[in-house]
Amino acid sequence: MPAVELDGINNHICRDLSLSIHDGELLVLLGPTGAGKTTLLNVIAGLAAYRGRVLFDGHPVDAVPTRQRQAGYVPQTYCLFPHLTAAENIGFGLRAQGYKKELCEARVQELLALFCIESLADRYPLKGLSGGEQQRIALARALAPWPRVLLLDEPLNSLDLRTAKYLRLELRRLQQQLKITTVYVTHNQQDASEIGDRVALLNKGKLEQVGPYRKLFFSPHNQVVASFFGSHNIFFCRSCIPKASGLAEVELDGLSLVVPYEGRLIESIAISPWNIFLSAVPVPGPQVNRLKGCVLQIEVKSAFAWIVVQCFRERFVVALQKELWDESGLCKGDSAYLVLPLRWIYICAARKDPNEMRKH
Amino acid sequence: MFNLQSSILNPIRWPQSSWGVLPVLVFFGIWEGVVRLQLVPGDSLLPPFSGVLQEFVHLVLNGVLFEHFFRSFLRVVIGLCAGTAAGLGLGIVMGTQEIFHKALSPVISLLYPIPALGWLPLLMLWIGINELLPIAIIFICSFFPILYNTLTGIRGVNPRLLSVARTLGGDERWIVFRVVLPLALPNIFTGLRLQAGMAWRVIVAAEMVAIPTGIGALMMRAESLVRVDVILVCLLLLSVMCLLFERFFVFVERQLTAGWK
Repeated sequence: MPAVELDGINNHICRDLSLSIHDGELLVLLGPTGAGKTTLLNVIAGLAAYRGRVLFDGHPVDAVPTRQRQAGYVPQTYCLFPHLTAAENIGFGLRAQGYKKELCEARVQELLALFCIESLADRYPLKGLSGGEQQRIALARALAPWPRVLLLDEPLNSLDLRTAKYLRLELRRLQQQLKITTVYVTHNQQDASEIGDRVALLNKGKLEQVGPYRKLFFSPHNQVVASFFGSHNIFFCRSCIPKASGLAEVELDGLSLVVPYEGRLIESIAISPWNIFLSAVPVPGPQVNRLKGCVLQIEVKSAFAWIVVQCFRERFVVALQKELWDESGLCKGDSAYLVLPLRWIYICAARKDPNEMRKH
Repeated sequence: MFNLQSSILNPIRWPQSSWGVLPVLVFFGIWEGVVRLQLVPGDSLLPPFSGVLQEFVHLVLNGVLFEHFFRSFLRVVIGLCAGTAAGLGLGIVMGTQEIFHKALSPVISLLYPIPALGWLPLLMLWIGINELLPIAIIFICSFFPILYNTLTGIRGVNPRLLSVARTLGGDERWIVFRVVLPLALPNIFTGLRLQAGMAWRVIVAAEMVAIPTGIGALMMRAESLVRVDVILVCLLLLSVMCLLFERFFVFVERQLTAGWK
């Protein structure tokens, strides 16, 4: 039974939207600005009017007021209560729900320790807390009253890139540790690819496709999904040589890469532009899947830069946040160094390995 | 040689209070000097500052000042407390209940611009000339600004904070007392601070016109006897009371909000 089920949700933005969120999963609601992601989050929390049905663990909660829905909500700007200390913010929900003082204090201490923010317990939000610290407090506050579902509205949006990257992984670790059903709103594909169990793509209040990020990226249902995810890096393999430990070496047009191997001969591989690391200087470390190329084309669209890098005869499309691109200082014609992380290389097409078949 | 660096980077650190007191002392000094040197015509229209001090001591010792001051003080405190309670209560209701806001806002907007003393003739007819009259004037003087500031403070609270409070399980009353009112406090105290001073200004006017007791009445009696020194004692006392009331609310506000603001 799904932990949260949305059935035919309609309102000023959502158009007949149905979606099931499994128990303990992290579902990413992805989509462009104005797609209705935050509205859908508000529908689940009971903060927005709607027609249709919302079910928690199979029970309709449409008539249940917001305060009784047990949905932990972290808005985009964290919205910490400025007149309360970090510890009081975390304990707010517990006190509002009438838990005993001793239990409140114990739970607050537990969450302060879980998020490693014990030293911030007596600090006020407006008294010099960083974005990352505020985000941790907001998360702890949402989790304090043992919610049934955690709703996160672009929680990393206002953080610098490094803090966001660290907290993205931290968030995923905590979500898996606590096994809490989570809905995570973002417009950032990197967030979606790195932490989501499944991704639901919304556009103009309509659910376009739901599934693992890889499925949406490589098998879009329609043109809307395809155009949202943009360019693919799909490469045909000229040869595939199995190596030890579930790896294989594939040869592209003048390049060789190490990729995951599952016993089938790999015919083509793909990697998302968001998962390729780009650097102006050689990247230290073992020289596996590290390529040197030349910047061929640069296109800056709003907050992102799309860079085409030519490595031998293959062309790689790399997507970067504009801030990172500016930091790199690269220009057209410059040498660039790419790192293709093994875990982000997808096998697009593979056929049975005749050698493996012979063994059986 | 003049050391520019030391004068700019390491200025002489005067105690904070000296900067407030020093210009006042200089002002009183100039006042005393100007009168003693007979730079103004006739000493009866502007007595020296020392003369005003002497009269102050005299009025304190014979109990006249205390009697009038106490009556004014009582009226201000009662009127201010009643006006604050009513303004705060109605402000909370209007700020949190949309229907009351829509229903009462036009009426409040209509009445708010009327100056407190403008009500005096009407109140003299309705209430009569008694103790209730100055209290009613102070009530009106403090009620509208405190209502307005409370309303502004409450409606200025970020609605997303309220949404978060609701998702955390807070019912409407809990949210009003634990989120809305604490966050509206700075606005409420702005109203209180301004009206505390204004109440003293208004009470004197009311006492001058209609009531035979209080600081205003004492000033009117002094005027008829051409006792400029008594008038000046009353004016200085009023000034000190306005200042003290305003400072009191600044102090209370700081105690309540300085930690987080």
